Amino acid sequence: MEPLTSKKKVLAQKPLSFAERMYLPAILKGLTVTISHLFKKEATIRYPEQEREFSTNFRGMHSLKRDESGRERCTACGLCALSCPAEAITMIAAERKPEEKDLYREEKYASVYEINMLRCIFCGLCEEACPKEAIYLDGPIVPADYLRKDFIYGKDKLVEQPLNNKL
Amino acid sequence: MGTSVFYFVATLSVIFSLLVIFSKNPVHSVLYLILTFFTFTVHYVLLNAQFLAVVNFIVYMGAIMVLFLFVLMLLNLNKDNEPLKSNMVKIVGVIAGCCLLVTLIGSLKATAVSDPVLLRNPDLGLLKNLGKELFGPFMLPFELSSILLLSAMVGAVLLTKKEKV
Amino acid sequence: MDIAFVIEKFILVTIIFAISLLIAMYSTYAERKVAAFLQDRLGPDRAGPFGILQPLADGVKMFMKEEIIPSNASKWLFMVGPGLAMLTACIGTAVIPWGSAITIGDRIIPLQVTDINVGILYIFGVVSLGVYGVMIGGWASNNKYSLLSAIRAASQNISYEIAMGLSIIALLLVTGTMSLKEIVEQQHGWHWNILYQPLGFLIFMVCAFAETNRAPFDLPECETELIGGYHTEYSSMKLGFYLFAEYINMFVSSAVMATLYFGGYNYPGMDWVLLHTGPIIGPLIGTLVFFIKIFTFIFFFMWVRWTIPRFRYDQLMHLGWKGLIPLAIANIIITGIVIAIIEKF
Repeated sequence: MEPLTSKKKVLAQKPLSFAERMYLPAILKGLTVTISHLFKKEATIRYPEQEREFSTNFRGMHSLKRDESGRERCTACGLCALSCPAEAITMIAAERKPEEKDLYREEKYASVYEINMLRCIFCGLCEEACPKEAIYLDGPIVPADYLRKDFIYGKDKLVEQPLNNKL
Repeated sequence: MGTSVFYFVATLSVIFSLLVIFSKNPVHSVLYLILTFFTFTVHYVLLNAQFLAVVNFIVYMGAIMVLFLFVLMLLNLNKDNEPLKSNMVKIVGVIAGCCLLVTLIGSLKATAVSDPVLLRNPDLGLLKNLGKELFGPFMLPFELSSILLLSAMVGAVLLTKKEKV
Repeated sequence: MDIAFVIEKFILVTIIFAISLLIAMYSTYAERKVAAFLQDRLGPDRAGPFGILQPLADGVKMFMKEEIIPSNASKWLFMVGPGLAMLTACIGTAVIPWGSAITIGDRIIPLQVTDINVGILYIFGVVSLGVYGVMIGGWASNNKYSLLSAIRAASQNISYEIAMGLSIIALLLVTGTMSLKEIVEQQHGWHWNILYQPLGFLIFMVCAFAETNRAPFDLPECETELIGGYHTEYSSMKLGFYLFAEYINMFVSSAVMATLYFGGYNYPGMDWVLLHTGPIIGPLIGTLVFFIKIFTFIFFFMWVRWTIPRFRYDQLMHLGWKGLIPLAIANIIITGIVIAIIEKF
């Protein structure tokens, strides 16, 4: 059959020449390649001490944001839980009492807000769904742990530090 | 000290050779045979025949028995596939064994205690002396035996070839 | 045979045993480090500074692991296997001359456990015995893969033993003795046997790679085909023994190669050094040189492992029977002719 393009290359399988059958030149060539790598700089990053530079749109651990005066922005509307394709987010809403006015920005807030990090796929849809700009995936890599229950992160781990505690 | 070591090793070789016969599993049999050969090596060392000792070590223990073990491992013989032996075979075996026993007893009766052989050169088994003996007075038998081995090798290769030769 | 002689030998044996175990231990560390460096990585660096305590951690791990003996395994042989592998690996060190004799007072202490006049053959016998540990372990595991691996190991060892023996014969034609001590003494200064037997050395080295089951001839333990090879069923320190025996084998074969072809403890300018350092320090410098040669070989073993891919089984047999054996025989004939010509004229 006529080839449609001129890109076809015919490979001829020539029998090995004597030098090739001796293996030795090829082996020496290989050895020089590997030994040259002995003097190259290693590409390893010693992880816990050194960290790789992440790109600006890296999605890591979630954080629940506060507003300028240090009140939690989340209003427990449930849009993040609804948008989550992995169903990792659960929350329980509560009504704000008058004396908690400087703790929560809206009249409704999330008394319990849990993300199961084993289910989460870090797609960032919760971030996009949030109308209050309360959740962002701007944290570090979620660390490993031994028990499944320890991967369910509550508000203690997710909510941003209050402003006065911040450096 | 030499004789006590000899008797110890000799007892061991007898025990191991008996175990070769009596063990049910052929692989165990071969392993005992290897131990028997090892005691033979010790015997050679006791006789100051270092070269023979090492050659026994390399050739019998290191090569031939490895091949034996190799084949037996592939065959995977065990009790299940052992062929049934008829009573006829057993009777013939007993008769043959008795004949051998009678012959052995007869030959033992015929032997007299001989004088211990004194070697003119006790270092005959050392490498240099043995080489000089083999390539001097015993040149012809040595070379002939090598030709014998060569022909055996050629025969073995021929046997593995197909008929069309 | 006086008491001092026995004590002297006992101390020497203990030291050699300890050193070979230590070197085998750190070979496991070196292997991982060399592998890492050749692949632009770092290697183990957590246990102690530069990971120097890694072998200890590995040893502790091996001892602490649960020991499993498969219920259908031949129990007794299953336990004998690793022990035999370790034993045959260790006893090879007995005839290697580690240095020239030290003189303390009026006592001359040779740095060699025993100088038998069939030294090379002894090494050869021990090497050929080494396959039993693998074979017995592989068979006793009662596992298909282990058995296949044991058979591979056996056939590989037998095939390469022949070429190895033939390459040694050519060396014996040059040296005229089988005692390792005399062979080393003949290579005084820079008259190393590699200069007279380059082809023989090449054959010997390839065979040494095959006999120690090192890459590119590590078919008995190739993971992709045979899971773990003959030690698939092994766990805990029994597995550790098998892995350890491989490194001791590597150490011993490096020592043998250095002894036979690279002058052992001889080095150019040794007479001058010996004259200026005295009868104790001088020989010890020679021993140091010997160990440097051994470490170079061990590094070479590792370097090759991380360079060359594993041979296919038929290629292995092809190389052994159709490549190395004819080459070794040709080497014997050429050596014989050259020696005959030199003696004639």
